[in-house]
Amino acid sequence: MTTGCSLLAAVLEDEEHAFTVEDYAGAAPRWCPGCGDHAVLTATQRVLETEQLRPEQTVFVSGIGCSSRFPHYLSTYGFHGLHGRALPVATGIKLRNPALHVFVVMGDGDCCSIGAGHWIHATRYNVNMVALMLDNGVYGLTKNQTSPTTPRGHPTNTQPRGSYLDALDPLSATLGVTNASFVAQTADWVPAHLYETIRAAYHHRGFAFVRILQRCPQYTRGLWDEAVRNPDLTEILEHERGIVVPGLEKIYRHRVRHDPADLDAARRLARPDVARLGLLYRNEQAPCYDETLRITRYAADQRARMLDEELDRHAV
Amino acid sequence: MTVTSNLSVPAAAPEAGQPAIPGRLTVREHTLEIVSDSGEGAQRCGQLFGMVSARMGNGVWTVEIIPAEIEPPPRTPTSASGIRVRIGTAPVTNWGDHAHLVVAFNEQVLLARHRLGALADDCIVLVENCWATHPDETIRKAWDEAMAELGTRGYRIVGVPMEEQCLSVVDEPRKGKNMFALGILTTVYEREAEVLRELIARQFRKKSEEVVKANLALFELGQRWAVEHLDLCVHVPVEKPAQPMVVMNGNQAVALGAIAAGLDLCAMYPITPATSVSHYLGDIFERFGGVVHQAEDEIAAAGVAIGASFAGNPAFTVTSGPGLALKTEFIGLAVMTETPLVVVDVQRGGPSTGLPTKVEQGDLLASLYGQPGDAPHVVLAPATIEECFHCMVTARRLAETFRTVVIVLTDANLATGVQPFPRPSLDPRWHAPPPDTGAVPAGLRPYDWNPETGLSRRFVPGQPDGMFTATGLAHDEASKVAYDPESHQRGCAMRSRKLAALHRTLKPPVVYGAERGDLLVVGWGSTKGAIEEAVDRLRADGLAVSALHLRFLSPLEPGLRAIFRRFRKVLTVEINYSDEPDDPLITDENRRRAQLAWVLRAATLVDVDCWSRVPGQPLRPGHIEAAIRGRLRTKKESR
Repeated sequence: MTTGCSLLAAVLEDEEHAFTVEDYAGAAPRWCPGCGDHAVLTATQRVLETEQLRPEQTVFVSGIGCSSRFPHYLSTYGFHGLHGRALPVATGIKLRNPALHVFVVMGDGDCCSIGAGHWIHATRYNVNMVALMLDNGVYGLTKNQTSPTTPRGHPTNTQPRGSYLDALDPLSATLGVTNASFVAQTADWVPAHLYETIRAAYHHRGFAFVRILQRCPQYTRGLWDEAVRNPDLTEILEHERGIVVPGLEKIYRHRVRHDPADLDAARRLARPDVARLGLLYRNEQAPCYDETLRITRYAADQRARMLDEELDRHAV
Repeated sequence: MTVTSNLSVPAAAPEAGQPAIPGRLTVREHTLEIVSDSGEGAQRCGQLFGMVSARMGNGVWTVEIIPAEIEPPPRTPTSASGIRVRIGTAPVTNWGDHAHLVVAFNEQVLLARHRLGALADDCIVLVENCWATHPDETIRKAWDEAMAELGTRGYRIVGVPMEEQCLSVVDEPRKGKNMFALGILTTVYEREAEVLRELIARQFRKKSEEVVKANLALFELGQRWAVEHLDLCVHVPVEKPAQPMVVMNGNQAVALGAIAAGLDLCAMYPITPATSVSHYLGDIFERFGGVVHQAEDEIAAAGVAIGASFAGNPAFTVTSGPGLALKTEFIGLAVMTETPLVVVDVQRGGPSTGLPTKVEQGDLLASLYGQPGDAPHVVLAPATIEECFHCMVTARRLAETFRTVVIVLTDANLATGVQPFPRPSLDPRWHAPPPDTGAVPAGLRPYDWNPETGLSRRFVPGQPDGMFTATGLAHDEASKVAYDPESHQRGCAMRSRKLAALHRTLKPPVVYGAERGDLLVVGWGSTKGAIEEAVDRLRADGLAVSALHLRFLSPLEPGLRAIFRRFRKVLTVEINYSDEPDDPLITDENRRRAQLAWVLRAATLVDVDCWSRVPGQPLRPGHIEAAIRGRLRTKKESR
């Protein structure tokens, strides 16, 4: 247990036992060996433990795809819904009960293709939630089809002579949306950075979008191999208000100073093909839709009284 | 006869050959229309007329005539925008057959109504006559041609110098004719002018004092003009209803019903003719603690509603046919995850974009069977505006009790129609109870189906010890993904069983008219009033015809087969497409039938016939009456 966690545990001591990583474990994951999803799951469970989130107050919402099995492997509430439609469901959950901690897990097909409209609008709504986009650059569950983030020229079953188009850049796209308030990139092969990024996303007030570069050992094996092998190919965005990972500089020497308050600089730094990790943009002041649109619960008889008054307006 | 010259002066005394307007007339009901170009306010005029009539105690039914565009080119038959108001001494349940009086702001929109056969042979026509002497020759010519066409019928046409009169009050008569017309109608129908003055003031209060004054002046001018120039008075006696009444349209009733049901989140995407539910809620919902979420698309609207329902009290979404199609996958997901959801489909003409502003009952089969796989859920259809209110309470309760989707099918006729109905006496028990936040007892699973009813207790995020992952994948009682044959068979059976369990709680529907006879007309939705009026006329004529109206389409109400067997023939009457049985290409085998007819044939094995039309307007009782007479004449036995 980390020091921070022990402190929290002390606070919780009177109430109940502290939650351990095991307390957040659900069914045994059925992802392929070597799949980046495992690393994301582990990092997420560590964040849940660090933050001591109560499992009953936490909801993981997913779409369809390999990564969308995520909620089944946790012990919190979960909603494993439709391909591309995790964000609207998560928005509804948060509107109904803003006290819940809501995490959305989606793949690149979910987020950038079939659900792209929801992605843009969820960014603009800026509802308090964490959105993890597990980007392996391919459709894995349906067995190797081109996704919007597949690099040009990469062969798949649907485009066997190489994908025709340049990859869509999820970071630029998100940063281009009005009211974007948290955009970060991390990678499955840098677990400390992955953990700190998800944690920072959890602490953000608003819609925290995290693109996680991820390896698929089956279909996009070559995508990040170079970067994994050679730490100098991974760039770390560095700033005291960014994502701070102590000790990381020993391995990743390639560092770029970037103030996450600087949106223009963030847009310049956003590139789909460079493993550039860190917080690109954060704005805690952006208005949150779930704070604007609040459901208030009135007692049944009070509402009936008010409705009776409204009926007066229609009385003949 | 040169019609133009007759009309150039307001003719109280008609010339020879022109049918006389009737002077004073006492009738138990009268139907009038106000038609104009879009944007000239004919609907507002009719709404206020309907409102004052309801307040005075008359029965009222209004139907809006709406072009699909906001401001189509003026002075064309397709730009006709307006309203029909049918008032009666007794309650009025439908828009009737023909208009007995029409106020038209130009002759082209009048032609549109004439060509649709909307006007009675002896209809009194009050038409703006500025076009007869218009400086533009093409307009004068169009007027002459229109009058020649209209002159073939026995209409009693009176030219009204609306523009000339209105110009004495306002600079822009286009915006004032509606209140002038309302003044005329107030005199003709002896409406309570004081009530109208109040309604007009309220209507324009949001604008400015000047606007209120101008509109009141136009209203009074219309009254004076009618007193001085028209020897016409239509007296529709009033029988004050015993109980207090409210008056509203069907979409307002849906919105208020949702509030009565304790619903507090409406997720929607704009679509005609459903949107006005959200307009009204947008106006008042916040006071009740509710919110309207205008989503980025129809799919997201369903998703947000499902997410909110999953996390607590059920939410609802309102849409129309094209939106229902887009929500299909989410509806299946809500059924599969047993997440309560209320979907209101205000039906319009289809397929595709179809007739966006006009009525049809074409979504029944899509509502029942639209989801891939087996997705049993509840489908309800309110038959009146009053039922639009109450069915929302039923829908919320069923969605929650049975953990499923409830689709409420209304239509454009109910949505914009205005009718008085007994004021609901509110019951706090209609309201959704607060969600259970207590810990889930040990050992209980998220889908612990009662094997007899398929019902299970729902866990809500926030409840300790209830954690589970809802999934659209096949799953077992613990919500664990389960692809094995037994689990899927059991899951399907348990979800299906809920409808059987609900079916057992329903009462058989009540036949309107005699319990047995030669022909039973079966309907659903907004056609109830027109069907029953047709049946009344046929029964008065000695024919053994009865009617049955269904509110539950899934599950069907019990006892239908037994009821059907007491009639020689069973005929559905619907506003959706079916092949005509006497079409040379059509046989009993290849005939595509009306939607309820398909359902009833399958469910009862009775040879249910159908008569249906897709006119983009409500069915007229006269048409239904004629169709039934036709069916009774055919010798062929139905079974």
